[in-house]
Amino acid sequence: MTDTPAARSQAETIRDKLTAALTPTVLELEDDSHRHQGHGGWREGEETHFSLYIVSAAFEGKSRVERQRMIYTLLAEELAARVHALQIKALAPSQL
Amino acid sequence: MSNPVFNQIQAEIGGNDVVLFMKGTSSFPQCGFSAAVVHVLSHMGVTFRDINVLTDPALRQGIKEFSNWPTIPQLYVKGEFVGGCDIIREMYENGELAELFESKGVAQAA
Repeated sequence: MTDTPAARSQAETIRDKLTAALTPTVLELEDDSHRHQGHGGWREGEETHFSLYIVSAAFEGKSRVERQRMIYTLLAEELAARVHALQIKALAPSQL
Repeated sequence: MSNPVFNQIQAEIGGNDVVLFMKGTSSFPQCGFSAAVVHVLSHMGVTFRDINVLTDPALRQGIKEFSNWPTIPQLYVKGEFVGGCDIIREMYENGELAELFESKGVAQAA
């Protein structure tokens, strides 16, 4: 794989965007695509399903809906294009 | 509120205590995430109105804009957006969902 933007994986792009905007203390992103083989939105060989666990001070004082909206807004492009599903658990450090 | 679908959505969430916008129906969900929320609500014994967004592309897109939420399923309780699958599961597991239904006067099985 070359390091051109086009060749960057969805996972790398997602990780970079979240890191830049939210400076998370924990960021675990798992590609679950294989677990959804043959289900809706799944496409052979593509990264379509992810689950995310993220802890960031930016979520402090925010409701669950607000936190997820922040993430959805940052990843709007990815969600509109290739990513079919993103499971999210977003916590503030004080909730750990 | 120029989108005509918004009126339809408003009528649904205004006229039903619990509304789930989902893929498929409560008896035949067509997506695992929708199925998970149906399972939670059924398990809690909560009566809800299921709306299948797959039957109407305008609604499927419209509900995302209406809620400012890009994914489906979406749960509304007494006209208020509660969340999608992750939030509902989390709230169910820590008891917050039962509290929400109770505070809003929505009947649950004992």
